[in-house]
Amino acid sequence: MESRSHAGVVESTLPKHQLLDERGAVTEDDLLSPYTQDITVDDLQHLYRSMTKARRVDEEGTSLQRQGQLVLWVPLKGQEAAQIGSTWPTRPTDRLYPSYREHAVAFERGVEPSELMRYFRGHTAGGWDPEKHNLNLYTVVLGSQAPHAVGYAMGTALDRKAAEDAGTPLETEPEAVVAYFGDGASTEGEVHESMVFAASYDAPVLFFIQNNQWAISVPFATQSRVPLATRAAGYGFEGLRVDGNDILAVVAATRYALAKIRRGEGPVLIEAETYRMGAHTTADDPTKYRKREEEDQWGLLDPIERLKEHLRTAHGVADSFFETVAQENDDLARRMRADVLAMTPPEFVDRFEHVYAEPHALVAAERAEYLEYQAGFEDASDVHGTAAEGVGA
Amino acid sequence: MSRLTIAKAITAGLARAMDEDPKVMLMGEDIGSLGGVYRVTEGLKARFGAHRVLDSPLGEAGIVGTAVGLAQRGYRPVCEIQFDGFVFPAFNQITTQVAKLHARSEGRMKMPMTIRIPYGGVIGSVEHHSESPEALFAHTAGLRIITPSNANDAYWMEQQAIACDDPVIIFEPKRRYWLKGEVDESAPPGDPFSASVIREGRDATIVAWGPLVPVALAAANAAAEDGRSVEVVDLRSISPIDIDTITASVRKTGRLVIAHEAPTFGGIGGEIAARVTEQAFYSLEAPVLRVGAFHLPYPPAAVEEHYVPDLDRVLDALDRTFAY
Ligand SMILES: Cc1ncc(C[n+]2csc(CCOP(=O)(O)OP(=O)(O)O)c2C)c(N)n1
Ligand SMILES: [Mg+2]
Repeated sequence: MESRSHAGVVESTLPKHQLLDERGAVTEDDLLSPYTQDITVDDLQHLYRSMTKARRVDEEGTSLQRQGQLVLWVPLKGQEAAQIGSTWPTRPTDRLYPSYREHAVAFERGVEPSELMRYFRGHTAGGWDPEKHNLNLYTVVLGSQAPHAVGYAMGTALDRKAAEDAGTPLETEPEAVVAYFGDGASTEGEVHESMVFAASYDAPVLFFIQNNQWAISVPFATQSRVPLATRAAGYGFEGLRVDGNDILAVVAATRYALAKIRRGEGPVLIEAETYRMGAHTTADDPTKYRKREEEDQWGLLDPIERLKEHLRTAHGVADSFFETVAQENDDLARRMRADVLAMTPPEFVDRFEHVYAEPHALVAAERAEYLEYQAGFEDASDVHGTAAEGVGA
Repeated sequence: MSRLTIAKAITAGLARAMDEDPKVMLMGEDIGSLGGVYRVTEGLKARFGAHRVLDSPLGEAGIVGTAVGLAQRGYRPVCEIQFDGFVFPAFNQITTQVAKLHARSEGRMKMPMTIRIPYGGVIGSVEHHSESPEALFAHTAGLRIITPSNANDAYWMEQQAIACDDPVIIFEPKRRYWLKGEVDESAPPGDPFSASVIREGRDATIVAWGPLVPVALAAANAAAEDGRSVEVVDLRSISPIDIDTITASVRKTGRLVIAHEAPTFGGIGGEIAARVTEQAFYSLEAPVLRVGAFHLPYPPAAVEEHYVPDLDRVLDALDRTFAY
């Protein structure tokens, strides 16, 4: 009964799209090549910057956690192309719904690394203003954000229809919504239901799956016999399989999907096949469940190395560029570290502020009780440490 | 006798149950090769095989829902939910199916399923990893709910839950997984659905369970230094509640403080307080006091110690009951 060796792993006939091969050379793809024609060297350099920035912040995150400065860190190493490649083609008006590993998505959407670190420092369950970045907060209960994305997408379509019905059609381009989740989360029932809803209402939503081959210690074969992209057909919409370590393929597939979604043709699913090169989180030990050889194999497919090779060989980008970017990233990591260390810890009493949007008698009463109780420690502030001192203020 | 951590006592209890009954099987996320995120099932897949220790796909409704079918087929599934906050995709199965099938079938169908849920906070984690949702389940008839606080209980209560013909949810106090204690493998400590007086006293009673039991004991010790003799009851069973043991204690001491990690509002403490008031009103010398978390979502790690009751909060309640 071990699902890992189950009888049914089915060879898929779905093509796996690729535009940059393992050595960074351009390959042709009938469907997707047209979607990269206008990409300039500047664009590629931007993508490289974004990917390496995310990786550098990731390294710093792990190191801060090891030093006890973060309660947890969730490494993204290996998934930079999948994340940046799917975010960069979106418009600021397209709402994104991340899971909890999408740091590169957040940075590409303008979230400051130190803002995001407030979450991992245990200072907040959120971290940024979702409206400002048009980026939902991290959702840790797996798959829960998928129906949210679909509902938001339904709302954008309803708005357009209302405007049309009123005789004042919107002149802006239709919005698209992106739901991010992983191979493991794809098993959750809510993900399935969200796909049914999306199909039912032609919701303008892109389901973007990062299949990084593992859900903590559970290999992909336990979740599915087929590539997840093939499931889309069962719901009645298109599913694309892309090499998730190929930034160009991810960008092109995302552009293709967003164009289709904006034309009102309903949802699209992209499965980016990638690899979690690091541990699941800083609390995880991958040596318990996966082989070094597998990690080494995927190490050869590093998405950053691939783009770097492409920039060098196809565009003659000089070493100085890469050195400058590395320097910028180091500076950024240093600033972020300083910001993290300088963060003001939250005050517990503030937790009472946002439980409800409107006044609530029980919360008000418990807040008063808490303050009264804390006041009893005024002469013995050591009991609750420093946080107790600010409570009365 | 062995000296084990609570985590290792659970491992040993599960192994013994699997040894004694070939129908016992484990299922859950990451419980096989990894041995669970807390390593509670470490070594069990190697020992009993992948057909009895299922590294399941990632779906809690699927885990509990298929366990229902396995139980109907004669197995005794033990489901692990990875963290308290991740049980809710399975809440439907647990409350509408697992809890009700015996009644729906007019007693024809048994549901000998165990659901293990590591629970509670102060582990310095992120959202959904620190909650105490026992009251949400206790409100549903058909579910038995127990929570060990020491290694010996952990070892035996797992086995007793598995042997029980009703569904049993075991809330495991995850921040105490590393707490060591003596395990007596020769004989079980008695009814798992009973409370136990773990420290005798005359002046007040503290009822606590799971992770707060060591806090209650520490409070009793501190009170003793002030000349107060405090009795501590480890509730052990949340559904049913062994109210007789509690009222017997209150009849002796006249004062009751109930401490739990879950929010006070709508919590199990309220149920105990109401029943004690109904049954031992004339023995009470002060109002029953509850110490629990606030009516707030579990807060970020940096301030969680203000949310979860600690020694000072329990002592404060003792002071108030004595001052009454
Ligand atoms: C509903 C729910 N169950 C369990 C967990 C615990 N958990 C956190 S991450 C994870 C694995 C997720 O795998 P995947 O969806 O592939 O995403 P990845 O971590 O690989 O990015 C698990 C089981 C959770 N967060 N939510
Ligand atoms: Mg994964």
